[in-house]
Amino acid sequence: MSKRRVIPGFGLSMGFTITYLSLIILIPLAALFLKAARLGAAEWWEILTSPRLIAAAKLTFGASAAAAAVSTVFGLLVTWVLVRYRFPGRRLLDAMVDLPFALPTAVAGITLTAIYAPNGWIGQYLEQWGIQAAYSPLGVFIALTFIGFPFVVRTLQPVMEDFGSEYEEAAATLGAGRWTIFWRVIFPMFIPALVTGFTLAFARAIGEYGSVIFISGNLPMQTEILPLLVVSKLEQFQYEAAAVIAAGMLIVSFVLLFFINLLQRRLNWQNR
Amino acid sequence: MPHRSVTTESPWVRRLLIAAAFVVLSLFLLLPLAAVFAEAFRKGWEVFLASLHEEAAFSAIKLTLIAAGISVPLNTLFGVSAAWLVTKFRFRGRSLLLSLIDLPFAVSPVIAGLVWVLLFGAKGWFGPWLADHDIKIIFALPGIVIATVFVTFPFVARELIPLMETQGSDQEEAAVILGARGWQIFFRVTLPNIKWGLLYGVLLCNARAMGEFGAVSVVSGHIRGETNTLPLHIEVLYNEYQFSAAFACATLLAFLALVTLGMKTAVEQLTGHQSSNHK
Repeated sequence: MSKRRVIPGFGLSMGFTITYLSLIILIPLAALFLKAARLGAAEWWEILTSPRLIAAAKLTFGASAAAAAVSTVFGLLVTWVLVRYRFPGRRLLDAMVDLPFALPTAVAGITLTAIYAPNGWIGQYLEQWGIQAAYSPLGVFIALTFIGFPFVVRTLQPVMEDFGSEYEEAAATLGAGRWTIFWRVIFPMFIPALVTGFTLAFARAIGEYGSVIFISGNLPMQTEILPLLVVSKLEQFQYEAAAVIAAGMLIVSFVLLFFINLLQRRLNWQNR
Repeated sequence: MPHRSVTTESPWVRRLLIAAAFVVLSLFLLLPLAAVFAEAFRKGWEVFLASLHEEAAFSAIKLTLIAAGISVPLNTLFGVSAAWLVTKFRFRGRSLLLSLIDLPFAVSPVIAGLVWVLLFGAKGWFGPWLADHDIKIIFALPGIVIATVFVTFPFVARELIPLMETQGSDQEEAAVILGARGWQIFFRVTLPNIKWGLLYGVLLCNARAMGEFGAVSVVSGHIRGETNTLPLHIEVLYNEYQFSAAFACATLLAFLALVTLGMKTAVEQLTGHQSSNHK
């Protein structure tokens, strides 16, 4: 190193951080990929194209995307209200948004099931309409929306707070109505943050386990999600198959993470 | 009457949107929370108390406290060290390191448990060696601890890095010039500046550690009274159709969540807003 560092502790913090990161995260993840790589391409193909896995993947990605989309719409509404308006109970509303972060997933799972079960608080009314919420793909969607919601709000909130009123004022002086201003001026500025929030909620939903398994009913080919399939392979001592499915899920997650990082960079640039 | 401004909506639209936000959040977030307590007390106080006053519940609470008691300090140490490294120094690979710290957020809890089974399980890389030396990791306390450490890994670091980044290094540099030594700088200059952010990071890490389900469920083996943490105990009770007992135990974790949220709001008040931006 050419430049002398003024503040002490570089060697110590670097050494500890890298060692700990390697032991806890990098080596175990590498072991997973090594385990999966023990199987040949043909076996990978066989595992990844089995009908049960394809059904689970369809449900996982489909429900996650739908849940993230609904979270984004609700998230936009709630963030708008939180940032733009002042009203009694605003701080309470703001604190409530984090509830799905703080509530353990198993607790969320059993309580959502209790609410949406055929005799539950909401489930009984849905039942009258002939809609089965718990123990169906709809239940998976409900749980994943619950989990993903805060990601959208917490991503959008700082962006909306920094958004000055000068653009709106300029648009208003040019004769634009409130509705036009929202769709043509304000909304386009929030698109990167909304996409980031959507992607975060989506990525989280793909891996979600605890809140889903109680409400989904876990029927193979029907309401089984990918993480549950990993667990069931593990319980049958099919370690390699579990590792292959997990490796596939990780690759998808890493691609999403990379995409989020790109977007985040764009966001920072935009806010500068 | 206030002026009608061009940068906000008419009072009616405003009220409508606020009402909509309240309805969405109440139905969606508050109702599940209320249901936890309603279900727990459905059969009355006696059943509620009896469910908590039980051998298996005690051992689950104890195990949860032990697992969090080990993993939270470890990850706090890491969080402080990583935040110090990333915010006080500029070096090659810094942005890669930042991404790697975030990595566990992108890993499914189930996979966070699976990696340890692949390493230390009976058929794992070190499985035979561990069996020869009679060391149990999977289906035992060490497995539960390392799975929890994996899942709660980024929380403290994530909380501290943005905070220390905005605070800069001026005060630490001044301390160096005045002759302060390494640990002196940390305890006398840095720590007082970051204490609230650190506290919140630790609370968040702790809430997640005590509530972790997926990762722990994979490595625990569900041995009743031995390797069941509180969330796993809830699952067992629920699957045995002891709903009131399951929800009674769930109220403990729901209460922990409420305390964590309350502390978050308090910390934000104290530090003047802008605490965390979860990822």
